[in-house]
Amino acid sequence: MKKAIIQLEPLTCPSCVQKIEGATKSLDGVEKESVNVLFNSSKAKFDFDDEKISIEEIVKAITALGYDVKKTQVKDK
Amino acid sequence: MQRFILGKKNLIALIGGVLIVIGFTGEWGFKNEEIAMWAFALASIAGVAPIAIQAYQALKVKVVSIDVLVTIAVGGAFLISNLEESAIVTFLFLFGAFLEQRTLNKTRSAIKELIEMAPESALKQMENGEFEEVEVDEVDVGDILLVKTGAKIPVDGTVLTGEGHVDEASITGESLPVSKRKDSGVYAGTILENGTIQIIADRVGEDTTFGKIIELVEEAQDSKSEAERFINKFSKYYTPAVLVLAFIVWLFSRNIELAITILVLGCPGALVIGVPVSNVAGIGNGARHGVLLKGSEVIQDFSKVDTIVFDKTGTLTVGSPKVAEKEMYGNNADEVLGYLSSVEKESDHPLAKAVIDYIGDAKTYTVEKTDVVKGGGIVAYVDGHRVAVGNVALMDQENVRLNEKARADIVRFEENGNSLVLTAVDGELKVLMGIRDQIRPGVKEDLKRLKKLGVKNLVVLSGDNQGTVDLVARALGLTEAHGHMLPENKAAYIEDLIAKGQIVAFVGDGVNDSPSIALAQIGIAMGSGTDVAIETSDVVLMNSDFSRLPHALGLTKATANNMRQNIIIAVGVVWFLLASVFFSKWMNMSIGMFVHEGSILVVILNGMRLLRYKLRR
Repeated sequence: MKKAIIQLEPLTCPSCVQKIEGATKSLDGVEKESVNVLFNSSKAKFDFDDEKISIEEIVKAITALGYDVKKTQVKDK
Repeated sequence: MQRFILGKKNLIALIGGVLIVIGFTGEWGFKNEEIAMWAFALASIAGVAPIAIQAYQALKVKVVSIDVLVTIAVGGAFLISNLEESAIVTFLFLFGAFLEQRTLNKTRSAIKELIEMAPESALKQMENGEFEEVEVDEVDVGDILLVKTGAKIPVDGTVLTGEGHVDEASITGESLPVSKRKDSGVYAGTILENGTIQIIADRVGEDTTFGKIIELVEEAQDSKSEAERFINKFSKYYTPAVLVLAFIVWLFSRNIELAITILVLGCPGALVIGVPVSNVAGIGNGARHGVLLKGSEVIQDFSKVDTIVFDKTGTLTVGSPKVAEKEMYGNNADEVLGYLSSVEKESDHPLAKAVIDYIGDAKTYTVEKTDVVKGGGIVAYVDGHRVAVGNVALMDQENVRLNEKARADIVRFEENGNSLVLTAVDGELKVLMGIRDQIRPGVKEDLKRLKKLGVKNLVVLSGDNQGTVDLVARALGLTEAHGHMLPENKAAYIEDLIAKGQIVAFVGDGVNDSPSIALAQIGIAMGSGTDVAIETSDVVLMNSDFSRLPHALGLTKATANNMRQNIIIAVGVVWFLLASVFFSKWMNMSIGMFVHEGSILVVILNGMRLLRYKLRR
């Protein structure tokens, strides 16, 4: 299990949060309960299983929605 | 393609705007309907593209967002060939989003400033012994780092070699640089003003005190209150409900125009953004003024507080006793004071320090045969005289006779809350000093401000004796004061107050009183950024600065008010728009969108006022 913090471009609409949350939760290997998208600090935090999915794939899913990823941090849990 | 279009949203808004101008010039200036039609059609198609993409993405994750409503509305307008309206609506929507982004960034600026104070790079010792610049993320616990003059200290660590002065304002709020030498602890985010030091990393990244503060503030600005959670849930059902309403209206009236107008008017824009905006601006203002507020729940609770309990007299007093009153008996005062100060220099008692400070420069004598009397004081020989310094019990033991006046003085001094230091030379009382703790400067005014802000009860619970506590309470106008309280008594007392229905804030230093801090609805830590204080409390006053307390209370009240205003504005606008579409002739899609975007900007600008909030003196 790894813990990831992704810094996004500044989010401006609360429905962006719902979209990113929905997209991240739908990925296999991402711990659904742990997904937390922070509106004001424009960050996504979640735990994921790095044997099932790589952080690059998750980042790709978010950028595909049209949100720039500024910085990614992954730590062991 | 999708990303390309979304990335060019602002450009598209601009093009749409230009096309609309061309359209109107064509229509009115040249009376050329064809040019107008083409311009409006192009503007609509370009404008709706990014909105439709966002709507599609939202639907994919089962969210009915505002984009969905607008896309359907624009599509409908296109169908009934109302191109002018569809062009204006898309333009206003995109342009509004652009303005929102600009203003939102402003409300978030205070917290961004804080985050930007985080160190980014470090000079790390590599295997070959050389120091190389690396990203701060690459520093691990145990690494040896070099910090040069003017640089930010990258991690929490301990000084190995070197000396210097560090500006710790970012952690403690203290503006005077602190001297550091071997074995001193240093904090990440503080600045080395002069000198060069090598440090070993003890805690890195988010584990550092600075990292914790940032994380706390970040979590706080996005934490949700009861009301906010309600609004979020509400808006989850609200947008689909608007969609259904529009559909029903169309079904019965067969009026597409009316149905799509309802779609635009029902957009919940200001409603979902109003509360988070107040929240981030309020917490940002606090962070700038040394007040950490842990989330909007805390803001709501604290704004309603009616009882504030202080954990000890030391919070209200300076904590270092001073000589407050003095009586001399007999002559040769200078000589006696010299004796007294010489004897007291032999002692490490806190009262002795107060006496020495008070006397200041006096002739120093050689002190011989010093004898410390436990629970009494000191007896010694100075210049051939037997000098006894201590309390009344010691005077009894030394057979010092106390005359009428001296006895009256003693009673008076005690009533004033003093600890007594008596000095006898050769069995004769010479000096009586009353020593007591001083009220912190400004505390009285701060407490008055708290009362003005609506706090009814100010209570002090202290481990000191009742006399001392009463004195402080009287001097400061507290409503209640209780002495001889142990931490468990304090916790029980807090429980009692809460059971009586009061909303209680407990102000403590966050270490021994953590039960009370946890029990009270609002736990306030007066910490200089220590971990315990940051973790157990709801509000942290940095650098133990008491004057931040009224600011904190005023700020939470202002923020809670601001949230209420924003909710009223948002709900009011939606009602107003829906009412006018049914009961008036002039309402249409474009005006609706204009009012909507306007209301979003109004709530953001309203939230921004909090950034400049200052307590009126």
